[in-house]
This record gives sequence, structure tokens and C-alpha cells, in this order.
Amino acid sequence: MKILVCIKQVPDLESRFKPDPNGVWFSDTDLAFRMNEYDEYAVEQAVRLKEQLGDAPEVTVLSIGPDRVVEAIKKALAMGCDRAVHVQDPAVHLKDPWQVASIIAAYAKEQGFDLILTGMQSQDRGSAQVGVTVAEQLGIPCATTLVGFSYQDATVTAKRELEGGVKGVVKLKTPALVTCQLGLNTPRYPTLPNIMKAKKKEICAVAVAQLLKAEPLAQTVSFHPPAKKGSGLVLEGDVCDLVNKVIGILKEKTAVLR
Amino acid sequence: MKTLLIGEYREGKLLDSTYELIGFAGQLGAETALFLVGSESQLPAYDGALYLADALACGEYNPDLHKLLILDAVERENPDYIVFLHSSYGWDLAPRVAAALRVAQVSEVIGTRDGGFEVGCCNGKMRRSVKPATRRAVLTIQAGAFQGVQPGGTPRLTRLSNDSAGSVQFVGYEPAEAKGVDLAKAEVIVSAGRGVGKKDNVQIIAALAKALGGELGASRPVVDADWVAHDHQVGTTGQTVAPKLYVACGISGAIQHLAGMKKSDFILAINKDKDAPIGEVADVLVVADLMQFVPALTAQLRK
Repeated sequence: MKILVCIKQVPDLESRFKPDPNGVWFSDTDLAFRMNEYDEYAVEQAVRLKEQLGDAPEVTVLSIGPDRVVEAIKKALAMGCDRAVHVQDPAVHLKDPWQVASIIAAYAKEQGFDLILTGMQSQDRGSAQVGVTVAEQLGIPCATTLVGFSYQDATVTAKRELEGGVKGVVKLKTPALVTCQLGLNTPRYPTLPNIMKAKKKEICAVAVAQLLKAEPLAQTVSFHPPAKKGSGLVLEGDVCDLVNKVIGILKEKTAVLR
Repeated sequence: MKTLLIGEYREGKLLDSTYELIGFAGQLGAETALFLVGSESQLPAYDGALYLADALACGEYNPDLHKLLILDAVERENPDYIVFLHSSYGWDLAPRVAAALRVAQVSEVIGTRDGGFEVGCCNGKMRRSVKPATRRAVLTIQAGAFQGVQPGGTPRLTRLSNDSAGSVQFVGYEPAEAKGVDLAKAEVIVSAGRGVGKKDNVQIIAALAKALGGELGASRPVVDADWVAHDHQVGTTGQTVAPKLYVACGISGAIQHLAGMKKSDFILAINKDKDAPIGEVADVLVVADLMQFVPALTAQLRK
């Protein structure tokens, strides 16, 4: 059995974002990067499935981006993926979801994966398109937003998260693709021995030009902060002063303090 | 300009969110046609073309089949935009339709700007404007971003059907877990977010809730990490609340959380990040270290 996990490296979302010179995405400088949180659940689920099946499946992790994404790849390897593919593309942020999906699909097509896992969306762009589009381009079944996963006899039983805490249970036959929601499992922390072992695992570099054939279908025309709708008061300063101010405001504006 | 709006139907009922699609089309000044996999015995009031497939025959969730039915309606209606809600149904189905048509998709639209559609990014902290490069495009609109509009009239019905089976088999719904805490009844809710840092610190937030005579709430990451039980979760997948006072402690304000609490009468947010999106809905944003400010506020309230 062959499993593919697709991961993205994203900035720490607590950062302050400034537009890049093109004004269509954020500037990379002064940002710390990490693995997209949704993708950590995808990696964990892939590794758990490998363990469930007596270590038989081979788990490949794939990421597209500049050299820094190797850090995210190394984490996935330390979590238990067997090998990695780094699709080298310093300009992945300028590609639309259709193109990103076509890069992954072009790679996956030749490899014949039984199962592909992705996060349900990225934390920075959040289009929730790439996973489903990969499945459509490959012509394989797909279920999104998984909060439950089980596998038996070439069938995935998935619990999809719906609104209001309701879940939808679906079954799909492999080869298939699933997109993972937060809370699907508890992603493990890489242990020191596994970090050391990961250093010996293969990271295969592929130039993006070898895989990208698709033209973009959409274009980002601007990147900007929200128009400030919030007319709220912002308070800063000494904690004691803040406490007194806040109590004053609550007494005046709400009926809960008397 | 013409839009084909993809309505939603769950467990035998038309979802109210369907009317937000009509509100969005109104803002675009576009003509509308409605597509629905639902029941003929429960048609919405609507004064335009309605393409209807029967949910009993086609299933409420069968993405391959629903895709084919939508493609059929697209063929007949020739719309410029095919519009979904950005919901568990919409974000699952929209990319399949866009891929089949080979057209652009713009996800979670909140408005129009710079000749494109404005969408949130970076966890709601920033915005992008995205312009489709194709004549036709698929859009998903953010839940709650557009005011619902309930039209009158009787729909002009076109029935659609398709016999293909689909590759994803729907087994059934699993109901939401029973609630131990009914947050909807609370007058005051004090919620803990990821900013509390660790499980031990949740008690500091719970102490403030107690001092204010309210209940403890939580954002999704805190629940996923098992710091707080699931029935305290506020947001799209948890409970939707509107208390007299909502205190958000260390909650950045992901859209799914904001959707669950923004109708609160008064919102006090405490966050060390002045730019956190929670500031967009907060009446007062206190920029401070939670672990200093919250215990000090609790102590003062107890006096």
C-alpha cells in the first residue's frame, strides 16, 4: 500500500503581515514558518494507518515551495513518514489552487497511491480547494473535513464534520483522497530518536517545471488589511488602570455588573 | 449578470442559509436561478427558476451525483457565477463543479473589491481580492457575511434527475453530542482561547467566569487540545450564543468562532495581539497579558 500526505508550510499566524512588493501576498521577511496545522492531522493519520497495517504501507510526504519548506518536511519525516518529495518552487504563493492541485496530481498520477491525505485547508490562504481538486483531477473519490477515520479492506469509513456538531458518515473505496479537519486525532510530537532517524530519510527534490502544465484560472489582485469595521475601544497600559477602566465600562454599558 | 445559487437541504429541511445566497446575488445586482436537492413538498417561496432534484432519490449528500445535477442546471441556465455557501456542503462540492467546468473558484467571499472578490486570509487577519480569469466562475460565500433575503412568489420548477451512483457512499448522520452546559441560556460567557497557553491556566479563566456569575466557554483549539470539554465550545461547530456579556480571553477570532458569538450584546476581548481579528467585533479590546490582567480583574470584581 502506498500513502501520500500533502503538507504546506505556513507562517505563524500570530505574526504581523505586510504586503510583498507585488502587493498580492505577504512579505516573507521576519516571519517564522511551521507546518500547516490541518496537515499535522493528515500526517498523524497516515502514520497511524501505517502502524495499524503492521508498518507495511510506505508513506510519502510532499510539499511545494522554496527551500525553507524542507523544515516542515523534516518534521513530517520525524513524525513517521518514510520518504519525502520537495517540489521546488520559490513562487508557489503566486499560483492559484488549480495549479497547485495540478502539480500534486501530476506527481501522484505516476506513483499510484492508494490513499492521499491533505489538510482540509491552509491556515494562511484557506481556500479549501486543493485537496478536492487533486481528487477530481485524478478521478478518485474524495471526502472532506474528516473528524473520524477508519480503514479496512480497501475501504475508508470517514466521519465528516457538519455544522452544529452533527457528523456525516461516508464510505469510499481506495484509491481515494481525504481532507483532515482539526481534532481528527492528536498529532504526535517528534521524539529525539525519531528526529535523528529522519535525517537519514530520502528527500527527493523535483523542479516544479517538471510537473506544472496548467495555466492559472484565477489571479490575486490585492492583499490588504480588513477595512476596520470595529468601532471598538482599544485599551492598553498598566494592568491596574486597565482593570479599573474595564469595570467602569462594564458597569456603564452592561446590565451584568451592578 | 446571472447567478445559479446552490441551496442547502439537511435532514429533510431547507437551510435558512440558502437565503444568504439570494442576499449576495442582490448585492451583485444579478439575476438568480436556484438549484436544490430537496423535496417538492417543501419548496421555498421564490419568484424565479428553481432546478430541483429529489433528495430521496439523489441523497442529501452525494457529491458526484450532485455535481452532475448542477452541471445539468448550468447547461440549461448558462450562469456567469455558480454560488455556494462556504459550508461543509459547499466547500466539499464547489471544487468538484469548478474542476468539471475548468473554471476559477473563489472561496469564502465576503464582498467585492479592486475588480475582484474579497476573501479573508491569514486566519482572518488579512484580506485578498481575487479575480477569476475565466468567463464563468464558482464562488463560495462566507456564512453570515451577507444578510439573508426571503423572496415571495412561486418558483418556476424544472425537475432534474440522474441515475449515476457516485463514488462516496453516505451512511447516515450522527447527532451532536448531548450538551452538559447550555451556553445559550447564560447571561455571561467567559471563553478561553489558545492564548491561555496551557490546560492549567484554564482555571484562571473559569475563576473570572465565576466572579461574573457566568459560564465558561472555549474556542475550538482549546477543545481539540482537551483543555476544556467539547460542550463548552462556541462557534460554527459548537454552540451559537448571544449573551449580555461575552468575554474572549486569548481568542484570536477565527471566523468560525466569530460566527458563534458576534451577536452578543457586549463583547470584551483580552488579547496580547492588537491586530487579532477578534478586535473587529469587540466593543472593548484590552491589549494585555492574560495571566496578569485576568487574575487582577477577577480579584477586583470579588471585592
